Amino acid sequence: MRFGARLTLAVIALAALAAACGVPQDSGPQSHTAVDCGPYAKYGKHPGAKVTVYAENRDREADLFEETWADFSDCTGIDVQYEGDGEFEAQIQLRVDGGSAPDVAFFPQPGLLERFARVGKLKPASAGVVALAKQGWSADWNSYATVNGTLYGTPLVANVKSFVWYSPKFFRDRGLSVPRTWSELMAVTEKVAASGAKPWCAGIESAEATGWPVTDWIEDVLLRQQGTDVYDQWVAHEIPFDDPRVIKAMDTVGSILKNDRYANGGFGPARSMASISFQEAGTPILSGDCAMHRQASFYADMWPKGTEIGPDKDVYAFLLPGADPANRPVLGGGVFTAAFADRPEVRAYQEYLASADFANARMKKGPFVSANKGVDLANAATPVDRLSIQLLQDPRTQFRFDGSDLMPASVGAGTFWKGSVDWIGGASTRQVADSIERSWPSR
Amino acid sequence: MNGVRERLTSRALTSVAVVIAVLWTTPTLGLLLSSFRPEEEIKTTGWWTLFGTPHFTLDNYGEVLSGGGNGSGRLAEYFVNSVVITLPSVLFPLVLAFFAAYALAWIDFRGRDALVVGIFALQVVPLQMALVPLLKLFSQGWLFLPAWNLTGPARFGQIWFAHTVFALPFAVFLLHNFLAGLPRDLIEAARVDGASHGTLLLRIVLPLARPALVSFAVIQFIWVWNDLLVALTLSGGSAETAPMTVRLASLAGTYGNEWQRLTAGAFVAACVPLLVFFSLRRHFARGLLAGSVKG
Repeated sequence: MRFGARLTLAVIALAALAAACGVPQDSGPQSHTAVDCGPYAKYGKHPGAKVTVYAENRDREADLFEETWADFSDCTGIDVQYEGDGEFEAQIQLRVDGGSAPDVAFFPQPGLLERFARVGKLKPASAGVVALAKQGWSADWNSYATVNGTLYGTPLVANVKSFVWYSPKFFRDRGLSVPRTWSELMAVTEKVAASGAKPWCAGIESAEATGWPVTDWIEDVLLRQQGTDVYDQWVAHEIPFDDPRVIKAMDTVGSILKNDRYANGGFGPARSMASISFQEAGTPILSGDCAMHRQASFYADMWPKGTEIGPDKDVYAFLLPGADPANRPVLGGGVFTAAFADRPEVRAYQEYLASADFANARMKKGPFVSANKGVDLANAATPVDRLSIQLLQDPRTQFRFDGSDLMPASVGAGTFWKGSVDWIGGASTRQVADSIERSWPSR
Repeated sequence: MNGVRERLTSRALTSVAVVIAVLWTTPTLGLLLSSFRPEEEIKTTGWWTLFGTPHFTLDNYGEVLSGGGNGSGRLAEYFVNSVVITLPSVLFPLVLAFFAAYALAWIDFRGRDALVVGIFALQVVPLQMALVPLLKLFSQGWLFLPAWNLTGPARFGQIWFAHTVFALPFAVFLLHNFLAGLPRDLIEAARVDGASHGTLLLRIVLPLARPALVSFAVIQFIWVWNDLLVALTLSGGSAETAPMTVRLASLAGTYGNEWQRLTAGAFVAACVPLLVFFSLRRHFARGLLAGSVKG
């Protein structure tokens, strides 16, 4: 009896706890003030329709997405059910195999999109989406979502990876100017090092993806030293991974990242970067312990709260320079939408995402970069976003997608990352490049 | 027996046990202390600096528990889902396995031993292998079974079903071994006195099997409460049906830069299993031997 009574008590306590915690937390949908439905008329009315969306973006980014398409939902009647999941890359496969694919997925890697397109799971883009894609994006961008000549989706998010973050005040105090060529960059590096401070800081820890910041470094330098053709051949494995030109690029990166005189500012010896999380790696810039940090545009979100970004604020960024000022390759990444269903409401939603209206509305909500040609620079939320969009819209810019996202996953998200960690830890360039080359899957 | 007990309680061994306990608890203690520190301090200094400069705040708990949208924790909502998922997922296999174990242990029928071996063998099927077939069953049906096509809160049904199915082989095996070890005289005496299977089950076997039932319930409770894989695959991830583990996994943000939330989140998630474990500890320790010694 005693036991029974206690068990009952435990259950009641649990239920009470649940009830107490579960009460009114619902903040409910924000009350929209009279929405102008005019711009949404072209997507039709779909009362009661539902579209499920599955993506990697979560937290604040998920909120911003949902706020952006709230008006679209209200006007068309389409209920967009968004789910953001950190395990996206593994779970999407499971869900598709299990027959419960989402209507629309946001793919962070073109390779993953291609895999589902090849097995016929994805629906080709509708005529409306194809027209919008042609109008909104360059052929380069559209090619990442094109498989065997068929377009499956459109780019949603773009990010520019070739940025070097710095403190304008630090540069001004020491009489340094923003470098426009690689040799100027090395001159700045040497000048800072001579003054006793370490010019560069980096961190490559990122849970199971540890090592990726180094792969971006190498790709960026290869792109600058050898140009886009060699870069494309390298990514497609038409030249071996350990080609002498790649070795040269790696050694150039090594002369900065593996050099105790140049790195790791604010943290210690160069090899300390293996245990520094990439989210925190740039913070020594604020304290003046480090001069430069090469990281993507999305690093803007990672500065401690209260850090101001701008040409005369706490931090700002410049494009990693090439051999001469005219040589401006940009390494970047992106997220692509593609649909597993072709119901009319899914089509309407995809067309909305492919429009410049969506990109502009999203940019007004907060930091966001789209490669869509129709975005208005005035909507950029931060100076770095503006810089990114300028670069992406400039016809002279040679944009290249992050190579490790295009390589086979076993290399691009496997041996390349792991090899980078070993390399930072002291392994020789030749040794690491050879072992990555050997790990390339044979066809 | 006495010699063993004496040797185990010697002073040296006690101190070793204390040292191990301290070593094992220190990281958890650090996490607990961190969860009360302000965000900037969590991110810049170690938890031990708290003793020098004590700044306590409940902000982290406020942030992870409440709020709306995806940008705040909202763990309170997910907490309810966890309870709704866990209680039936413990009760269903417990009841089913109890009946099955009784039948397999005390009712003679043809093929009984083969059935016991078969159930025992089912334990080797890894859960991960069954996920895709299970998803297919829910979304497309199988043979004569129709598709479930559940939406909204009805998706809890999928998770209950999956946890029950995955738990049954072990539950039946554990309880069967325990029940088969009950004294034959006792069961037969009750039968001679005219007890039906129903009476026997409820009046004689149920009270005796309590330690085994409790230990299985605790194991299953902690397993289901902490489960991420099944929930991630079957719950759909929305605040409507997903449990706390799913929310915790994405609490750090897309780029992991909000990881200070994990300190408080971890403790919100851990408080219930701790409560269950401590309140049922005595039964649990007794039941640990359940099914292992056949009498």
